[in-house]
Amino acid sequence: MSAQSIDWKSEVKEIVERHGGKPEYLLDILHEVQAKVNYLPQEALLEVARELDIPLSKVHGVATFYSMYSIQPRGQFIIRVCESAPCHVMGCDAVIAALESAAGARMGETTSDGLFTLEYTSCIGVCGVAPAIMINDRVYGNLTPESVVEIIAEYRARERGE
Amino acid sequence: MQFFRSHVLVCGGVNCSLQGSRTIRDLLVDAIAEAGLSQEIKVVETGCFGLCEQGPMMVVYPESVHYCRVQPSDIPEIVDAHLKKGRVVSRLLYRGTDPSQEVQTLTETDFYGKQQRVVLRNCGLIDPESIDEYIARGGYEVLGRVLTSLTPQQVIKEVQDSGLRGRGGAGFPTGLKWSFTAQAEAQQKYLICNADEGEPGTFKDRLILEGDPHSVIEGMIIAGYAIGATQGYIYSRGEYGLSIQRLRKGIEHARKVGLLGRNIFDSGFDFDIEVRIGAGAYVCGEETALINSMEGKRGEPRFKPPYPTTAGLWGKPTCVNNVETLANIVPIMERGAQWYRSIGTEKCPGTKVFTLTGNIVNEGLIEVPMGITLREIIYDIGGGIPDGREFKAAQTGGTSGGFLSAAFLDVPMDIESVAEAGSALGSGALLIIDDTHCIVDVVRSCARFFRHESCGQCTPCREGTQRLLEFVDAVAEGRATGADVRLFRRLAQTMEDSSLCALGQTAPFPILTAMRFFPEDFEAHIVHKKCLASDAKTGATA
Repeated sequence: MSAQSIDWKSEVKEIVERHGGKPEYLLDILHEVQAKVNYLPQEALLEVARELDIPLSKVHGVATFYSMYSIQPRGQFIIRVCESAPCHVMGCDAVIAALESAAGARMGETTSDGLFTLEYTSCIGVCGVAPAIMINDRVYGNLTPESVVEIIAEYRARERGE
Repeated sequence: MQFFRSHVLVCGGVNCSLQGSRTIRDLLVDAIAEAGLSQEIKVVETGCFGLCEQGPMMVVYPESVHYCRVQPSDIPEIVDAHLKKGRVVSRLLYRGTDPSQEVQTLTETDFYGKQQRVVLRNCGLIDPESIDEYIARGGYEVLGRVLTSLTPQQVIKEVQDSGLRGRGGAGFPTGLKWSFTAQAEAQQKYLICNADEGEPGTFKDRLILEGDPHSVIEGMIIAGYAIGATQGYIYSRGEYGLSIQRLRKGIEHARKVGLLGRNIFDSGFDFDIEVRIGAGAYVCGEETALINSMEGKRGEPRFKPPYPTTAGLWGKPTCVNNVETLANIVPIMERGAQWYRSIGTEKCPGTKVFTLTGNIVNEGLIEVPMGITLREIIYDIGGGIPDGREFKAAQTGGTSGGFLSAAFLDVPMDIESVAEAGSALGSGALLIIDDTHCIVDVVRSCARFFRHESCGQCTPCREGTQRLLEFVDAVAEGRATGADVRLFRRLAQTMEDSSLCALGQTAPFPILTAMRFFPEDFEAHIVHKKCLASDAKTGATA
């Protein structure tokens, strides 16, 4: 679903009402808004500010502070890569290089077909199987340059309906 | 209630799940049904067993046989040989350092030998999504006794006498924090369980929550009673999907049976818990940043004082305790302060949950008495360094902790001793590094982390973390000079002295300890413009 095709006015109103219209639930509200299109469109942020009756600057401040949110459009699958010390020691650099070349985008970028966005993330807490990545909600561990290429290929194949 | 002649416990911890334990469980259930044994044998998905390196794992009770690295193709044999005929499938048993020796039960493995499970007593033994199984193991009994026979002051005294210190990293006495909150005068007080575990290398809280959520919930209700709070919150990392789901389920079950809500155990005490989720910010593990985040703001730390125990969430007295700290409460109230003090060291009683990562044979989760040595953890429990390599360094306490060299292998692992050695025990992360690595390279990864995670509110941290990374980059690339080193030391001092919170204060710490204990790695880069690790990898001698 694209950000333009959504009626943000009613979507945001419904989400905010479910949280009792309380500004303290701003993080939860942003999580739910983002779940619709994988990022936080400006139009949606405006609606959140209006519904909660707080300044847009505050909503914007929160949306840009936390690494799980993005105000830039992102791909259908967000690949979060950990480069913290445990993943680093277990060889994440080679995995990242293989991932970039398999996906066809550099870290921080979205692939031209809009399928993948590559991001760095802080530790995802599965250091026992480092190096690890997360693709949307799913965690992948014990990665090697070869296995990460396979994972990307699987996602691509699934998208093509194979 | 239906009785089964046998229970098969399949580890559903995140590490085993990643290696396919869900598929294994489903195949097992199907195979058992096909063999007509569904009425006799029950399959239970549990939390983490700890020995993550050997996953996917399962244990068959009542004989406690422990199978490692189970593959889907092994299922028919397990069902046919073991569950039907009672014959152990020996090729799937654990083999430690001596491959000829089979180990039948989990507790007989060298991995378990020196462990003492207090916090993790139920992890891997019960279905974490079943409140009945928790209650069957004696759960919520202590809560009943506390609420009906002890005053809040008596509870606080017991916790104070136990000597329990916060397990989130700072090590502040828990009983004292409770007493501050209890003494604060206010109509409304709050208890927050800090489950925002962001320290790289640390995943103990995640596995406690996923393996035994009710022990944390029960600990929270007791804490709430002691400090006079009627509302508790669990602030979890947004990335911890399974923890959040299990906690929400656990809270709902506890509410349904009247263990949360109004008038618990007819004691007149009301208490409820809500789960709140973060959105990815390391600094939110700092208690005042966490409070700001819970109020729907940017997770920026606040000035202290006032401390949260006086003015925390919504300006009300708030006690913030770590997951592991709260998981210690039930055992303390059950067996008493004196028993607790008999474990660990005088200044650090009790056990500590550690996560072992990096170049170590048995990566995973362990619980040991405070004061066990680093050597015992690495070689007796962790199985040593793989591939015949040598131990080089251990980073203790996560990325904000320090690096220790081989000279410190016999340091007792408790808060004081590790600090005296020049590092920090912190949250219990242990990253083991072998001799193929250059410390400068590992430190570079730490510096990148802090530059990314600085919240940007105060200048020493915002600017300082950027300069720290530039310094380490220059060292790594052979551009750094003696003048850069002197400048770095001044910067480190400034950050320690003037940053608003622990993030900025500790950011230079790993670099400083690395320079102190591994001067040769730095000297090689700065003076000789070369890297020792590349020599180690190729086997060349310097």
